[in-house]
Amino acid sequence: MKELLSGNHAIAEAVRLSKVQFIAAYPITPQTPIYERISQMVSDGTMDAHMMRAESEHSAMAACIAASMTGVRVFTATSSQGLALMHEMLHFASGNRVPIVMACVNRVVAAPWAFGSDQTDTLSQRDTGWMQLYCEDGQEALDTVIQAYWICEKVRIPAMVIIDGFYTSHFIEPVEVPTEDEVDRYLPLPSLPNRFQFSDPAFLTNVVDAYQYTEFKRRLFEDLRAAKEVVREADRRFEEIFERSYGMVEPFEMEGAECAIVTSGSITSCARIAVRRLREKGFGVGLLKVKLFRPFPSEELREHLKDIRRVVVIDRNLSAGKGGIFWDEIRSALYSMEARPLVFGYIGGLCGEDVPPEMIERCIIRCMERKKMEDLPEWMHGMST
Amino acid sequence: MDAWDEYLRPGHMGCPGCGLAVAMRLVLKALGPRTIVVIIPSCEAVVSGTFPYTALRLPAFHSAFLIAAPTAAAISRALQIRGEEGITVCAFAGDGGTFDIGIQALSGAAERNEDFLYVCLDNEAYMNTGIQASSSTPECAWTVTTPKGKTGKKKRFMEIMAAHSIPYAATATIGYPDDLMEKVRKAKERKGTRFIHVLTPCPTGWRMAEDLTAVVSMLAVETKVFPLYEIIDGEHYRITRLPKGLPVREYLSIQGRYVHLTEEKIAEIQADVDKNWRRLEILAQSVISPERSNLRPQG
Repeated sequence: MKELLSGNHAIAEAVRLSKVQFIAAYPITPQTPIYERISQMVSDGTMDAHMMRAESEHSAMAACIAASMTGVRVFTATSSQGLALMHEMLHFASGNRVPIVMACVNRVVAAPWAFGSDQTDTLSQRDTGWMQLYCEDGQEALDTVIQAYWICEKVRIPAMVIIDGFYTSHFIEPVEVPTEDEVDRYLPLPSLPNRFQFSDPAFLTNVVDAYQYTEFKRRLFEDLRAAKEVVREADRRFEEIFERSYGMVEPFEMEGAECAIVTSGSITSCARIAVRRLREKGFGVGLLKVKLFRPFPSEELREHLKDIRRVVVIDRNLSAGKGGIFWDEIRSALYSMEARPLVFGYIGGLCGEDVPPEMIERCIIRCMERKKMEDLPEWMHGMST
Repeated sequence: MDAWDEYLRPGHMGCPGCGLAVAMRLVLKALGPRTIVVIIPSCEAVVSGTFPYTALRLPAFHSAFLIAAPTAAAISRALQIRGEEGITVCAFAGDGGTFDIGIQALSGAAERNEDFLYVCLDNEAYMNTGIQASSSTPECAWTVTTPKGKTGKKKRFMEIMAAHSIPYAATATIGYPDDLMEKVRKAKERKGTRFIHVLTPCPTGWRMAEDLTAVVSMLAVETKVFPLYEIIDGEHYRITRLPKGLPVREYLSIQGRYVHLTEEKIAEIQADVDKNWRRLEILAQSVISPERSNLRPQG
């Protein structure tokens, strides 16, 4: 049934449908409506779960880790400063191999203080060993939360399901909300093992030496790479039941394209419009949406971009001193190709600044004339449309 | 009780004369086999052993520094969700992990009255990292980071916990093991957040011979430096052992960390100890008679 839902509320619905048993959360804009809606559902009995009113995001993640290790399905959500405060616990979660699903609603990280969407908060957590799935709209967010539980519990690695602050978190759109029965067919009932056993008591997470540490990390590394197949399988199974699928990387109008624009999150919707208009004007332009950021879909990107001459990457994020983070990762993934495309980076939409289709069109047209790659990105900010 | 009613095995990795290891052993002995142990980075981690070995005979989790309380709280809630009953979740944390870096998380869990036992093993400094001062380090005590003696008084942590109106809070120390274990058993019987503050002397950090651990623990009580009491529901104070009221000098003089103290300073510390005792006496509803104490300082 279609319901009018904000991205945040769509995520809360997915948490209910996933039969999450334990939630620990702390308020922060623009994530708070997820926390509020789940609190309401737990309070009125719509959801049979424990809601822990944590006193910080750090404790919320700590509680999720411990509850997951005790064998219950857990959820939390955060943004920006909250995610930064969690940083220590994010490494701890992946190191303990707990299948936590966390919704992250992108927001700038201070200073200066601001509230708009900006992926730098989640991308700063790139190396914490979590999977990262960027969603374009509320429907994709709802579907991805459900998929994420299936993936995480298979590979025992936590995942962030990520949406843009305000654009996706607060915009209300029609969202197809599956029935409980449908979700139950897709996602098994929670059945995680309790790692605290009296019959076989283990001392979990104690101190290891360098050899043991490396073995643990190599397993995480290998399992995270192998998780790509699980992500693919999760999406395929999802399509069978719900007739919707997303892929790790979604091509749009890529047939016969010589130039590809690469986006993630809500900017993708504007890029779709820009690509259509440019196609109408006779430009051979296509679009690739990157949904999965960790593990990084290098092979898939190389496959989609093998006949492309120019790639334009738009980043709503910034690694100061380098450039856009998707741009950097994509260049690195394409380096092993014999015939590499030129890859141009554009920084745009920081702090939720609007990136309208006209601006994207202009970037593409400029890139058509560029002959060589630069070390630094261009700024869309201040660019006339 | 059988021969195996110990849950901390011999052969742990603590220093000789470690008071903290004794406290862990006594607490776990009193709690029994249906206990899940949470420890955090501290001397507890040293005592508990390194992978794949452990001195603990119970299911245990080495959690992160700030989060002994929310970790124990969440395990307890998850057990409730799973319908597993009759299990005590016991979090051990040092004074640094409790008084300093973990105070926010502990306060949050206590305010929510989460169901777990929190045992603070207080050796009055960051001993695991090599004797740096914490907010539990007493005024004037030497540490590596307070080479001329710490300025600022030891945080009165029990009053902070009492302010959370938790069902049970108590002080204890290893020199009085029966008192300690009795308090643990009392705590085990209750629901909600229970807090036991255990003074665990550290020969390495306190700069004293390793056979003085129990003696200095008893002297802390008998000089009123560390009185033994309990607080029910954050309100009802009860002193569980009436101290002899020995001069504080007897406690200070056997510890190398106080070797620099002047007579004037010792008098100031004595005055401070007396003041704190008077406050406790006022708060306490009843004081047990000295005859009821069968444990006496030795040596």
